[in-house]
Amino acid sequence: MIRFEPRSNPGPLLVYGVPVLAATIAILLAAIPLALAGAPIIEAYGLMISGAFGSVFSTSEMLTRATPLILTGLAAAIAFRAKLWNIGAEGQLYMGAMAAVAVGSGVIDGPSWVMIPVVIIAGMAAGALMLIGPTLLKTRLGVDEVVTTLLLNFIVLLFVQMMLEGALKDPMSMGWPQSEPIIDSAAFPALLERMRVHIGLLIALVSAIALAIFVKRTVWGFEIRAVGENAAAAKFSGISVTKTMILVAALSGGLAGLAGVSEVAGTRGYLATDLSPGYGYAGIVVAMLARLSPIGVIASALFVASVFVGADSMSRAIGVSSYLADLIVAMALLCVLIGGFLTRFRVHFDRKSAQG
Amino acid sequence: MEIIDILLAASFWEAAIRIATPLIFGVLGALICERAGVLNLGIEGIFTAGAMAGWMAVWLGAGLWGGVLVAALAGGFFGLIHAILTVPLGLSQHVSGIGVTLLATSLSYFTYRTALPDVSSPPRIEPFRPLDIPFLSDLPFIGQALFSQTAMTMLALVLVFVTGWVLYRTPLGLAIRAVGDNPSSVEAQGLSVYGLRIGAVVVGSSLMALGGAFLTMSAFDAFFFGMINGRGWVCIALTVFASWRPGKALIGALLFGAFDAFQVRLQTEVGAFLPSQVFLMMPYILSIIALIVVARKADYPKALLVPWFKGQR
Repeated sequence: MIRFEPRSNPGPLLVYGVPVLAATIAILLAAIPLALAGAPIIEAYGLMISGAFGSVFSTSEMLTRATPLILTGLAAAIAFRAKLWNIGAEGQLYMGAMAAVAVGSGVIDGPSWVMIPVVIIAGMAAGALMLIGPTLLKTRLGVDEVVTTLLLNFIVLLFVQMMLEGALKDPMSMGWPQSEPIIDSAAFPALLERMRVHIGLLIALVSAIALAIFVKRTVWGFEIRAVGENAAAAKFSGISVTKTMILVAALSGGLAGLAGVSEVAGTRGYLATDLSPGYGYAGIVVAMLARLSPIGVIASALFVASVFVGADSMSRAIGVSSYLADLIVAMALLCVLIGGFLTRFRVHFDRKSAQG
Repeated sequence: MEIIDILLAASFWEAAIRIATPLIFGVLGALICERAGVLNLGIEGIFTAGAMAGWMAVWLGAGLWGGVLVAALAGGFFGLIHAILTVPLGLSQHVSGIGVTLLATSLSYFTYRTALPDVSSPPRIEPFRPLDIPFLSDLPFIGQALFSQTAMTMLALVLVFVTGWVLYRTPLGLAIRAVGDNPSSVEAQGLSVYGLRIGAVVVGSSLMALGGAFLTMSAFDAFFFGMINGRGWVCIALTVFASWRPGKALIGALLFGAFDAFQVRLQTEVGAFLPSQVFLMMPYILSIIALIVVARKADYPKALLVPWFKGQR
C-alpha cells in the first residue's frame, strides 16, 4: 500500500535538486530512443555536448536559441503564477514579430536608440493585445482561455502567412513568402563579432531579473501571486481579480511578443512563417522546469536550448532524427511534474494495508 | 441560388460527414474524460500518435483493422500516462496534458523519421474503401452521403450511440458521471474513484487516437508532419459546445463538418476575392465563436480539474 503524506516545508535541496534531477533523467531516457534508432549512444551524447558547448560558435548558437526561450519561458511563468493558462505564446510571438516588421522595415527611420525601442514597444504591445482579448473573454464571459489561446496560434500563423503574401511581402524575395528585412537602425546588434548571439540575450536576462523583482517586491506582484493561489480569497481581500488578470495578460503576452521581436530583429532579420520552431510551446516546459521562478527560467532555457542545439548537431553528424530534442524536452516536462509531486508529498510504502 | 445548390448536393453532405468523422471520435473521447473529471489536453498529441501508429501498423502489414487496434492501444498508452499523473498524483491537468501532447507528438515524429529516414514523398497504404452496402448504398442522396462512407465513419456513428447508452443507461455510466461531479459520493458507494477516472481517461484517449487513425487510414493514405493541425483543440472546444452529451457532440461535429465543406466550396466560387488563408482560418474562428456562444450556460462537470485524493471527504 502506498501512501502520500504532505510535506510541510520542502528543503532547498529538494526544491532546486528536483528540476536538475528531472532534466538529467530526461537526458538519460533519451538513450532508449537512441538505442532503438541503432545509434552509438555514448558517441551521440558526446556529439550533443560538443554541439552545444564545444566551441565559441556552438555556445553562441546555444545562447541565440536560449534568448527566445527565456522570454517565452517568462511569459508562461508569469501567466501560470496567476493560473492564467496562456498556451498561446506561439501566436503572441508571431504577432510581436509582425508588429516589429511593420514598423521596423523602413516605414519610419531614425537612429538606433529610437528605432530599437520602437520595434520593441510595437512587438510587446501586439503580443499583449493578443492575450488581453482571450483574458477579457475569460473574465467577462467565462470562455476557457486554454482553448482560445491554443486556437489563436493557428489563426495567427495563417494571418502571418496572408500578410506575407500580401501587405508585408518583400518584392525582392523572388516569390518567397517573407517580409522585407528589418532596417539596420532597428536591428539588434550582435554581441560578438561574426557570431549570431545578439543583445536580445541581454534584454531577456534583464527581463528575467526585472520580473523576479516585480513579482517578489511590488504590490502588483503580490496581487498576482494571491490571485494565483486563491482567486476567491484574493477577491475577498479586495484585490480586483479582473484587473490583475489583465495585468498578467499584458506582461505575459508582451514578453512572448518580445521574443518575436528579438527573433526578427536579432536572429533572422526578416519575418517568415518558420520563424519559430515552437518556442511558444517550449516556453511552457522552460517555465515548469524553473518552477515558475523568473531567475530559474534563465537556467532552464539554457538547458532546453542546449538540448535543441546539441541534438541538431548530433543529428547532422550521425543521422538520428532531431525530433529527439523535442522528445527529451517533453520527457523533461513530465519528469519535473512528477518531481514537483515528490517535493510536496512524502511517499510511504506500508507493509500492512491501510486501516479504514 | 448557388448556395442552395451546394447544400442540396449529396456530395456536399458526403464531404461534411467525412470531415466530421475524426471530430466525432475526438469529441466522444474528450467528453468521456471530462465527464469523469479529467481535462485531457493530450488530445492533439494523441491524435498524432493514433494517426502515425495506425498508419505504420498497416504499412508494416497488420491489416486495416489491426491498424485501428494499434492506434487505439497507442492512444490508451498516452491516456494512461495522463491518467496516472492527474488522478492518483493529482497534478495539474493543464500542464500534464500539454506534456502528453508534446511527448506523443515528438515520439510519433521521431519514430516515423527513424523508420523512414530519407523519403521525399511519404509511402502510401491501401486505405479503407467506401462501403458498398447492398440496397442502402444505392438509395438516392443518403446512399451517397451516408452509406458510401468508410467503415470507420460507421464505427464513429455507432460509438455515438454506444457512448450515449453507456453514459445514461448503465450503472457504469452513472458512476462515471458521478465521479466527475462528486467523487466523494462515488467513494461512499464503495466504488474506486481512481479506477473509474483512470479507466475513463484511457478509453477516451483510445477514441481520440481513432480520430487520428481515420485521417491516415481513411481520409488520406499517408502520414504527414503537422497533419493534425489543431483538430484536437477544435474537439476540446466542440466538447464544451456539445455540453458533454454524445448526441449533441454528433450534431456539433456534423455542423462543423458542414461548415467546413461549405467554405471549401465557397472558396472555389469567391476564392479570387479573398486570400485562401481567410478560409483556412474559419474552423478555428468558428470554434472560438462556438465557445463564446455557449460560455454563459456551459455546465462544466463540477469536479472537472479538481484533484481528489483517497480518504478525502
